[in-house]
Amino acid sequence: MQLTRRNMLMLSTASVAATAMGTFPAFASLTDDEIAEITGGADLGEGAITLTAPEIAENGNTVPIEVSAPGAVAITLFADGNPVPNVVTFNFGPLSASRSASTRIRLATTQNVVAIAQMEDGSFQKASANVKVTIGGCGG
Amino acid sequence: MISRRDFLQVGMAASAMVGASGFGNWARLAAQQSLTQDQLLEFEMFGNISLIHITDVHAQLKPIYFREPSFNLGVGSNKGAVPHVTGADFRRLYGIADGSPSHYALSSGDFAALAQGYGRVGGLDRVATVVKAIRADRPDAILLDGGDTWHGSYTCYHTQGQDMVNVMNALKPDAMTFHWEFTLGSDRVAELVESLPFAALGQNIFDAEWDEPTDLFPPYKMFERGGTKIAVIGQAFPYMPIANPRWMFPEYAFGIRDENMQAMVDEVRAEGAECVVVLSHNGFDVDKKMATVVSGIDVILSGHTHDALPEPVLSGDTIIVPSGSNGKFVSRVDLDIRDGRMMGYRHKLIPIFSDVIAPDADMTALIDAQRAPYVSELAEVIGQTESTLYRRGNFNGTWDDLICDALLSEREAEIALSPGVRWGPSMIPGQDITREDIWNVTSMSYGEAYRTEMTGEFLKIVLEDVADNIFNPDPYYQQGGDMVRTGGLGYSIDVSKPQGERISNMTLLGSGEAIDPSRSYVVAGWASVNEGTEGPQIWDVVENHIRTLGTVTVQPNNSVEVTGA
Repeated sequence: MQLTRRNMLMLSTASVAATAMGTFPAFASLTDDEIAEITGGADLGEGAITLTAPEIAENGNTVPIEVSAPGAVAITLFADGNPVPNVVTFNFGPLSASRSASTRIRLATTQNVVAIAQMEDGSFQKASANVKVTIGGCGG
Repeated sequence: MISRRDFLQVGMAASAMVGASGFGNWARLAAQQSLTQDQLLEFEMFGNISLIHITDVHAQLKPIYFREPSFNLGVGSNKGAVPHVTGADFRRLYGIADGSPSHYALSSGDFAALAQGYGRVGGLDRVATVVKAIRADRPDAILLDGGDTWHGSYTCYHTQGQDMVNVMNALKPDAMTFHWEFTLGSDRVAELVESLPFAALGQNIFDAEWDEPTDLFPPYKMFERGGTKIAVIGQAFPYMPIANPRWMFPEYAFGIRDENMQAMVDEVRAEGAECVVVLSHNGFDVDKKMATVVSGIDVILSGHTHDALPEPVLSGDTIIVPSGSNGKFVSRVDLDIRDGRMMGYRHKLIPIFSDVIAPDADMTALIDAQRAPYVSELAEVIGQTESTLYRRGNFNGTWDDLICDALLSEREAEIALSPGVRWGPSMIPGQDITREDIWNVTSMSYGEAYRTEMTGEFLKIVLEDVADNIFNPDPYYQQGGDMVRTGGLGYSIDVSKPQGERISNMTLLGSGEAIDPSRSYVVAGWASVNEGTEGPQIWDVVENHIRTLGTVTVQPNNSVEVTGA
């Protein structure tokens, strides 16, 4: 079966493990702490993971985010300016045809979206994107 | 008595905006002492493909005055780079003689005096003459419309864009992309787009619900000219749902989407395109960056930020051609495409001097037919101006000063806000202000003039937010407008600082007191992107104000202090 993006979204939803961990205030350091918890402090590589996010959110309440890391067993998304930065973890089994997922997340304000992928060999990859949430203005 | 045409032929210096061979030829051309239609159109045919670009017409069917900005700051890597060079600096950079036609067409300084001599610019009947002349030279030239065409006038508003569609169809474009068109509402846009006899392109126009391409707006179109395949990829304005009311076109999502742009370039190359042209409404700095991120684009025809440059700018391996606004310019770009690649180009930015280029009679008749039902409303004189009225510039223009004054007095507000749009023709001292003139700088589908209360803290957030849309050092975060205009409110801005730290010294001009973050102020404005905004239409507010004044005189505005540039 050919996996379309729409199928992929449905599959991904099934394997989503959304986490909501307490009510700490949101600080970038909180994201760093949670990343360290996942990686055990291991080095974070770059280049084998692709995070696609808009530069400026059209609607901060539903921002499309796409992440892809061939060879990943899990990808976790963080929004470092949200009250709860840890957004979602996508888990991929050995039969997952594509190690990528799309979702939409709410962003409280302009902030970084960070993706951490755990690879099959136990190493970690990181990608981040700054997404601006603006009150809107007027273009030419 | 000397006629304007005589004046142009004997007077001043130079003609011609022949760009291709570098800065040097400008001064030489300045030695010529005449300006004729033949000169403006003179072009030694080159290569095997011709592109014709017009963009950001903003529904200006008739000739108008248009003053180029005297304030256009670049930030980050674009500091001091064109198009962020104005006035005498711009003329020096390109070797343009003071007082020459190029001075008047391309730069600021002595605007009112030069306008008296050189007259109005634009007019789609003059544009038709130019397009016909290029087609006489190269019958299969590709005509591309960069968008912001179906917006900006009394007749465009009342016909919901039909006047512009009728006139542009007669020019026979080959493709178009979009921005303000979407503020007609998605149903009307769909209706008009389905009627078009040419391609409506946008690789970045997506279905908002599924984030996938739409059927109505294909990403590109392939053209074959003399055995050579040329792909034209459309790039609509990326930030429509942010800069304009999202609720008017909720079915669509946009964004820069440069990864999809790369995929489209790769796709058309795989299909045999030997030349890739992007018809863009990104704005100049965004185009410049995109050309370094996406590989394989030969030409970007650049719109949105209303810049006009006498020669293309090279970014990576891509030439970027910005073609001005309001029907003031047409670009001709001849390309030599051989062995699957662009071997060379020749370019000319043709200024549409309306007293030099003869109108095309058929087009004049068609334009007048669109205007006929509205002629008496359009022509009604509301007042006179003793000042030059203009909008373009990063911080304020006299038109917006007048509009802010109208909001303050007609809406009994302490502070007025006017959007930093870049459209709207200029007027020169001594002119009658007609209803058409007022609509030319205010017409839109969400023109309600609201009256509300804002705290000092929120006002600062608004100024900081808009400032970051202009002065963020990364062009991909810029939306291509100018700073929101303020009435009754002064401030200082350091454009080199990050968001949240640019604005200081906010002052209520009425009392001279510092703005209190916790106090509420009565604020009037227009063009809110929020649904359900209530108030009289801005053109009625301005008309009442001008009628009361009779004669308009706009005092110099020193309420914004700029540093860090």
